[in-house]
Amino acid sequence: MSSYFKNTWEGLYTVFVGMKITWKHLFTPSVTIQYPNVKVPLPERVRNRLYVNMDDCIGCDQCARACPVSCIEIETVKSLPTENLGTTSNGKKKALWVTKFDIDIAKCCYCQLCVFPCPTECIYMTDVYEFSEFRRSDLVYKFATLTEAEAEEKKLNFENLQKEKELQKAAQAAAQNNAQQPN
Amino acid sequence: MSIKTEHMVLNMGPQHPSTHGVLRLELELNGELIVNVKPHIGYLHRCFEKHAEAMTYPQIIPYTDRIDYLASIYNNFGYAVTVEKLMGIQVPERVEYIRVIFGELQRIASHLVAIGTYGLDIGAFTPFLYCFRDREKILSLFEMTCGARLLYNYIWVGGLSHDIHPEFVRLTREFLNYFRPQVEELNQLLSYNKIFIERTANIGILPAETAINFGMTGPNLRGSGVKFDLRRNDPYSIYDRFDFDIPVGDGRMGTVGDCWDRYFVRVLEIEQSIRIIEQALDQIPEGDVSSAIPKRIKPPVGSVYGRVENPRGELGYFLISDGGLNPFRLKVRGPSFVSLSVMGELCKGHLIADVIAILGSIDIVLGEVDR
Amino acid sequence: MLELFTELTGDALLGMIINSLIPLVFVIPLALFFVWLERKVSAHMQDRLGPMITGSHGWLQTFADVLKLLQKEDIIPADADRKLFTIAPILVFAGSYAAFAAIPFSSAYIGSEIDMGIFYVVAVSGLVVAGILMAGWSSNNKYSLLGAMRSVAQIISYEIPTVLVILSIVVLAGTLNLLKISEMQTAYFWNWFIFGGPEPGLIKFLLIPFMFAGFLILYISSLAEVNRTPFDIPEAESELVAGYHTEYSGMKFAMFFLSEYANMFVVSAIVSAVFFGGYQSPFGYLGNSLGISWLVPIEQFFWFTAKGIFFVFVQMWLRWTLPRLRVDQLMAVCWKYLIPYSFVNLIIIAFLELYR
Repeated sequence: MSSYFKNTWEGLYTVFVGMKITWKHLFTPSVTIQYPNVKVPLPERVRNRLYVNMDDCIGCDQCARACPVSCIEIETVKSLPTENLGTTSNGKKKALWVTKFDIDIAKCCYCQLCVFPCPTECIYMTDVYEFSEFRRSDLVYKFATLTEAEAEEKKLNFENLQKEKELQKAAQAAAQNNAQQPN
Repeated sequence: MSIKTEHMVLNMGPQHPSTHGVLRLELELNGELIVNVKPHIGYLHRCFEKHAEAMTYPQIIPYTDRIDYLASIYNNFGYAVTVEKLMGIQVPERVEYIRVIFGELQRIASHLVAIGTYGLDIGAFTPFLYCFRDREKILSLFEMTCGARLLYNYIWVGGLSHDIHPEFVRLTREFLNYFRPQVEELNQLLSYNKIFIERTANIGILPAETAINFGMTGPNLRGSGVKFDLRRNDPYSIYDRFDFDIPVGDGRMGTVGDCWDRYFVRVLEIEQSIRIIEQALDQIPEGDVSSAIPKRIKPPVGSVYGRVENPRGELGYFLISDGGLNPFRLKVRGPSFVSLSVMGELCKGHLIADVIAILGSIDIVLGEVDR
Repeated sequence: MLELFTELTGDALLGMIINSLIPLVFVIPLALFFVWLERKVSAHMQDRLGPMITGSHGWLQTFADVLKLLQKEDIIPADADRKLFTIAPILVFAGSYAAFAAIPFSSAYIGSEIDMGIFYVVAVSGLVVAGILMAGWSSNNKYSLLGAMRSVAQIISYEIPTVLVILSIVVLAGTLNLLKISEMQTAYFWNWFIFGGPEPGLIKFLLIPFMFAGFLILYISSLAEVNRTPFDIPEAESELVAGYHTEYSGMKFAMFFLSEYANMFVVSAIVSAVFFGGYQSPFGYLGNSLGISWLVPIEQFFWFTAKGIFFVFVQMWLRWTLPRLRVDQLMAVCWKYLIPYSFVNLIIIAFLELYR
């Protein structure tokens, strides 16, 4: 019998305690902001969309190898010994033409594993998080700065160089053969 | 004269606001009473263990994040502890302390989600938002340190990916001072509310023997009165240096092992986590967090089982290495998978409305169940 | 005011029609206002802001929602009973609206002065029950039917404590006429029935705790009558069994919701009329002290609306604080707790009145 009255009292009392808490919260200022007019300032280490600074890229392929979802595709072409590609911002001399540097940002899992191995710190995560597109193909970011024609030209140059080297080697071998065979 | 009856089968389908993910529950009903519950899982299977065989050890860590996405630090932690055990790496002191601090912050965040969504299932809309407001503060602490709010890729084999931010210790202390009275307010609003107690006490009683037989761990086991916590019974990292209690369910609102006990164990664990974090913040030594990270992770041939105390139970990793750059086999023992198996036992004899209360008190995450 | 309209239009029938449509002009904007208020109150209690963009602080949000619902496709399930399906929301709204006929908005306006005012209100609220059953049955959905039956069981069980508490007030007041009950509680808030009633004496003080108990019982039962938390099993989104309005879309759904808010106002108005003085001001009238006699009914209308909105606000406050009761616990609260308490309350109040 006493539990009957206890139940009644507890029921009413806890309801009033709860009501007091929500009443208090009615007057606390809100913790939400009016996005998109107001945006939260993001901390400096935030991991959002990737960006590659192609001036510093030496084409070492470390980031593509570190990526767990294989979203980075890199193709490089060796440059001719006569060409000067310049140096990166921390003094390395570039030796490869980067003909293709595609990041499929839809596949990227934002893990930051590609940022650490880069020797020149040219790939890094920015704080951009509003980059939705209407077509899925627009989400493949192409960072290579060479145009199609230029890329073709570099490849052709490289192939020509290879061919010359082959011819030279063949000529040298032939000359040596001739030299070795006494007449 | 008896009427021929048969049990009705009701499907709580994969899409349901209260099943905490994609879970299909097949309820066999006798009128309103439940005769049997069969969970059907696999809707979130993403072949984690197969992927792990194709990737190198550092590349697996982002995948481990996604096993239990509400408590990702522990997934990384468990994996790192396992591989370090196999390779025999000893991490610097600073790394250990930071790992513990982040682990306990993650435990608070995960328990806040569990408590908030449990209140939402029972019908109380407001505690859910209060819990998420506090969880936002924890997530911004994480974001300040490693850049991500939910899937961190922070604890690496041999160390951490970043050192903590210079402002981290001060901001964490501020957060803890702000948060302690919020737990009390949450208790007054939800835990001791008579209606909440009516809905959860004496429902889904899990006796200690049954819990141990099913292999339950974590707050579900402790809610039944068994004082077993991996941080005390099988300490990993530096948990043996901290002074904290292990809360167990004592049946004060109903019987030992009912839904209210399991829920309240989580609330008490939040308070204990606050204690651990404060002790760790006082004791952090200086050091370099990336000094022990090996250049190439190539464990010796062998197998090892490492386990940590997830907010949901014992998260275990079984690793077989054949000496190469990829693991030969990596198996994950997800605690939610084991906890879900007890649903059939717990729901017998209850009403349909209680199924949701029981499911919420077990606190599963489908990412861990299906991997 | 019926005479005023009959004079204006010159025809008795037309006068009556205008007289009966005035509460509609009052109820529909009020229901829209309550939808906005609910969203704002819930938002501020949860430390957020609620609608802010449509109109300053979102006051146009409800209009935007109504416009959207008007444009929605009106889906009727293939096997549903079409006639019943269409009539059900109309019946529910008619039930809530008909109760407005007997509620005194001020001393000058009451839809129809019935000598059995309260009895009429409680009886006509039963139309809502029929509407809900129709909705559940005609949806051709076994879960809707179950939900509708539960809702009906809830509403008719909770009418019993409501009637018992109202009976105790009737014992004190001696009349069922809501206008006369409101008129009795004049002059000062001390004369309200919650504080013992207009007749002074020892009995008045003895009555106060029982009046408070009666008010609590009446308020809780009124929450259950309108299907608000903690008694909102029929509307619950996270429970397994769907409610009676699952199959409704578009304007019919809007009708159910508007009638819920109209119903909330009706029960708040009854509570305030019976216990808190109806349209009477707690301090006396500005019109009286200034000598402007036509100001008094306007002030009374203001006080009536204010009290009604306050009790609706408390209903919203409770919704966002409390969890939900399970169905069998809901029925237990009614039959095992509220009815015994209200019986005992009635008997004690009757004795005290007899003793006076």
